[in-house]
Amino acid sequence: MLDLTYDSPKPKVIAGAKHDWELVIGMEVHAQISSRAKLFSGASTRFGAEPNSNVSFVDAAMPGMLPVINEYCVEQAVRTGLGLKAQINLWSAFDRKNYFYPDQPAGYQISQLYHPLVGEGEILVDMEPGIARKVRIERIHVEQDAGKSIHDMDPAMSFVDLNRAGVALMEIVSRPDIRGPEEAAAYITKLRQILRYLGTCDGNMQNGNLRADVNVSVCRPGAYEKYMETQDFAHLGTRCEIKNMNSMRFIQLAIDHEAKRQIAILEGGGTVEQETRLYDPDKNETRSMRSKEEAHDYRYFPDPDLLPLEIEQGWVDDIRAALPELPDEKKARFVKDFGLSEYDASVLTAEHENAAYFEQVAAGNDGKLAANWVINELFGRLKKDDRDITDSPIAPENLGQIVGLIKSEEISGKIAKDVFEIAYTSGREPREIVETEGMKQVTDTGAIEAAVDEVIAANPAQVEKAKANPKLAGWFVGQVMKATGGKANPKAVNEIVQAKLGL
Amino acid sequence: MSIDTETAARVAKLARIKVEEDALPALAKEFSDILGFIEQLNEVDVEDVEPMTSVTPMRLKRRADEVTDGGQADKVLSGAPDAREGFFAVPKVVE
Repeated sequence: MLDLTYDSPKPKVIAGAKHDWELVIGMEVHAQISSRAKLFSGASTRFGAEPNSNVSFVDAAMPGMLPVINEYCVEQAVRTGLGLKAQINLWSAFDRKNYFYPDQPAGYQISQLYHPLVGEGEILVDMEPGIARKVRIERIHVEQDAGKSIHDMDPAMSFVDLNRAGVALMEIVSRPDIRGPEEAAAYITKLRQILRYLGTCDGNMQNGNLRADVNVSVCRPGAYEKYMETQDFAHLGTRCEIKNMNSMRFIQLAIDHEAKRQIAILEGGGTVEQETRLYDPDKNETRSMRSKEEAHDYRYFPDPDLLPLEIEQGWVDDIRAALPELPDEKKARFVKDFGLSEYDASVLTAEHENAAYFEQVAAGNDGKLAANWVINELFGRLKKDDRDITDSPIAPENLGQIVGLIKSEEISGKIAKDVFEIAYTSGREPREIVETEGMKQVTDTGAIEAAVDEVIAANPAQVEKAKANPKLAGWFVGQVMKATGGKANPKAVNEIVQAKLGL
Repeated sequence: MSIDTETAARVAKLARIKVEEDALPALAKEFSDILGFIEQLNEVDVEDVEPMTSVTPMRLKRRADEVTDGGQADKVLSGAPDAREGFFAVPKVVE
């Protein structure tokens, strides 16, 4: 596999009133598994359906109903594990996590505490070209989602919709290897990118399909290195868990606020209590979720309704063999094969649809030029129209034609922009546009010479000035370009102007 | 290991089971007896014995990823003490 070399970023340092502090962050990301049916029932996972219409008696926890596992959800979790270079456990088991809440009709969530399906893996979190943080993954387990409570439809009542109850989730647990708010956001971005490449989660944060619990603690500089050496948590500070974050911006604000809160407590001689907190975006602060304190005793035990989940190595191997090319490999390949900068390669591989489009444009073309056109012209134009690459009005083959026409000097870069605009709005083929509209670049030296002669003859005063000050030759180039409707090859014009003026 | 009445009361609360104050000592004793029995089982040497996860030689049953259920909101809600506009209606719970 190709690998780009990188250095680790510096941890974020917050200056307290007394001394400096560093942040230590671990994340538990809940990612909804992309599947048609729920984890243990045949009800649909479709978002936005009528309330309680996607509910089976299993999801509603009717007495006597038994869960039957959706094999595809297991496959998706295995695929995710493989994508994160993780250990796949051929033997795993489900446990009950007991707590009472109206959106959880069984009184327990089926999860995997003792024997998760996926073990240790890693994610390389890109910060900027050449700088990345390797974040260790501790485990991924498969579990059920809860239903949804709506609190604003009635002053005295909460309304419960169980459509989401029982939908399959992956809980992806990281080690405390994230060292600042920006890294936390970059971690989510990278994880989301990998999940989307794999097709195991759509990554839609707005719908809550990807949400994070963020564990934050602070320590003095040097303490984290001791933790890494010994893996002894005693070197780290007490952590607080900020629950249920589904916005990159709020995750960063919440971490920053929470770290400062803890620093103020510690510098004031107090101790940080390990607790669950909620972030309030309106006030930009976190507050304690006291109700969670007692509920923390989940009294886990193996679910007697479910036998252990045993999978075959051969099945895992088949899933591995069918894995798509993942972002890190694709980026490295783009750098190597197309000669792109790491930055451009990152932009093009952010979404696999973008990468696929680019590869079609670049096929048989100059890779760098193709990258410039996709990133600067196409992405800019799509953004202006608020369109997605998947419904780009210009087909990749056609953009590839434009890039080819520039490279072969049949059209100038400037004319190419006009061709692009016509092709984008009309769907016409660039070659045909250039022919029909007579936009071919004039590379015929004779024709250019004639145009230059004409401009020189018409402007004797300018000629004198230019002879005194060679910088003014550019004016002639401009005039010739204008006279030829931008079709003259600017390089050729420049050379001929210089020669004719005797510069 | 012995369970006191305070622990018994806590377990009852976590399980949302109402237990009168005067019933707690008996409950605590029952818990203690059960744990005592488990402790006794713990004395058995099971060093080379594979854990038995099922009494039948069965593999976990699996289903295909197909939508085969749902579309029965009326039935799902029929046992609810209160339901409105397709939702279960419960006393306000909000953080």
